[in-house]
Amino acid sequence: MTSLICIGCPKGCHLEVDEENGFTVKGNACKVGEEYGRTELMNPTRVLTSTVRIEGGLYCRCPVKTNAPVPKKELFNIMRLLDGVTLKAPVRVGDTVLQNVADSGADVVVTKNM
Amino acid sequence: MKQSYQLIVVGGGPAGLASALAAHEAGLSDILIIERDKELGGILNQCIHNGFGLHYFKEELTGPEYAGRFIAMLEGSGIETLTDAMVLEVTPEKEVHFVSGATGYQVVRADAVVLAMGCRERTRGAISIPGTRPAGILTAGAAQRYVNLEGQMVGKRVLILGSGDIGLIMARRMTLEGAKVLACVELMPYSGGLARNIQQCLHDFDIPLYLSHTITEIRGENRVSGAVVAKVDENRRPIPGTEMEFDCDTILLSVGLIPENELSRQAGVGLDGRTKGPAVYENMQTDIPGIFACGNVVHVHDLVDFVTAESQKAGRAAAAYVLEEEKEEGGVLEVRAGDGVTYTVPQRIRPGFAGKGVELSFRPRRIYHECRITVKSGDAQIAAFKREHMAPGEMEKITLPAVLLQKAAQELTVAIEEGAQ
Repeated sequence: MTSLICIGCPKGCHLEVDEENGFTVKGNACKVGEEYGRTELMNPTRVLTSTVRIEGGLYCRCPVKTNAPVPKKELFNIMRLLDGVTLKAPVRVGDTVLQNVADSGADVVVTKNM
Repeated sequence: MKQSYQLIVVGGGPAGLASALAAHEAGLSDILIIERDKELGGILNQCIHNGFGLHYFKEELTGPEYAGRFIAMLEGSGIETLTDAMVLEVTPEKEVHFVSGATGYQVVRADAVVLAMGCRERTRGAISIPGTRPAGILTAGAAQRYVNLEGQMVGKRVLILGSGDIGLIMARRMTLEGAKVLACVELMPYSGGLARNIQQCLHDFDIPLYLSHTITEIRGENRVSGAVVAKVDENRRPIPGTEMEFDCDTILLSVGLIPENELSRQAGVGLDGRTKGPAVYENMQTDIPGIFACGNVVHVHDLVDFVTAESQKAGRAAAAYVLEEEKEEGGVLEVRAGDGVTYTVPQRIRPGFAGKGVELSFRPRRIYHECRITVKSGDAQIAAFKREHMAPGEMEKITLPAVLLQKAAQELTVAIEEGAQ
């Protein structure tokens, strides 16, 4: 049994995951918790949010995110990849910055019109 | 520049945007939003992390995405916006004085005003930490602005005081950007932040959280060179002999937010000493007819989704105030915070204005398990709500149906009872 706190929403359900019985999840209020409990023990993932350089915008950084959760162990690797990016304004929400970043299947996308 | 508007909204953050859009939808055509920053969206612009919008949009958005959706809705609405403009005064007659580079000093009249100025962070001065006064001590929100908007790293070895959500978010953010976050230190025996943020911002990066600890000394001449942290007793006094030294160059403070109410006070709006924000009726009107308030200027929220809902209420009420004939007030119920409750919003309810019911927001004084929220009118209990878990870091909400409010007289008391099932 492993105790976890679900990060699926601000409620923060206290989960109990039974890894010896097919990773069954208890304590979750919704399906998100069941999914989180299982992946957290098998292959933990997170949505990464950060910024990249931008030229010609109101500020010099443009916020970005991965459009799907990526493996937790790739977070610092993706941060390094983002350091090599410089965008040019204008950009729109959803514009792709890096495709299939670190072979995660997720793209890094812009989260603000600049 | 026009000389009068049906509605002027002070502040272009999430509260101001939602109230203006709701007022527009409810029939007002002549609305001005005044924002002091150079763009709309308020603090959301620097909150680049995700977790916003699960209630309102039913999906997980980042701060800039959440703000962007509302900014996009302004297009074609005819709502006027003015950025880089600072409101200096709001009078009880609803004249709004402001100044900007583009317009100079202006006085504009409004039929109704929505106060949506938000809140600001408590600083070192507010919590009196002993020691020298070197560079490297910032509020977590200021650091967030430097890092996320201006692209400036604020330090390499970071100690965080206070475990509010902004402090937790910045612990993760500084770590991802290459800093070493040594610890998060919390005076109280529990965190003021959301449980999910403890997990994904501290545990994910093995950052220790010291509950019932505080900083007792800051060292350094020009730049922070270290800090001393000690355990505190139940009266929050440092316990001698428990000191730990941290070799840090930066201290981030996440020690609470204060509603920013200079304008409200100047206008003569009655404030609630507990929330430090305007005392409001069920429709978010202050004690000055036609002046409404919503969002963090009224009470500090955990979730922007709830700011949006509250602000839409204020916007609709402002529209009704301008467009409809004055309603008879009828009776007023004063809402009192009873045992275990720090404050309530609204502070006053007019059952005649309640519609189907009134939503009450409040915070518990401490952590509760298996408890009941009770609502009494005099000695008579008119409602009770079960809760499995409550914490000061998580705002609670209950909805009181109008039929119950009709039965109440003069005042309501909201309290928490533990164990009584």
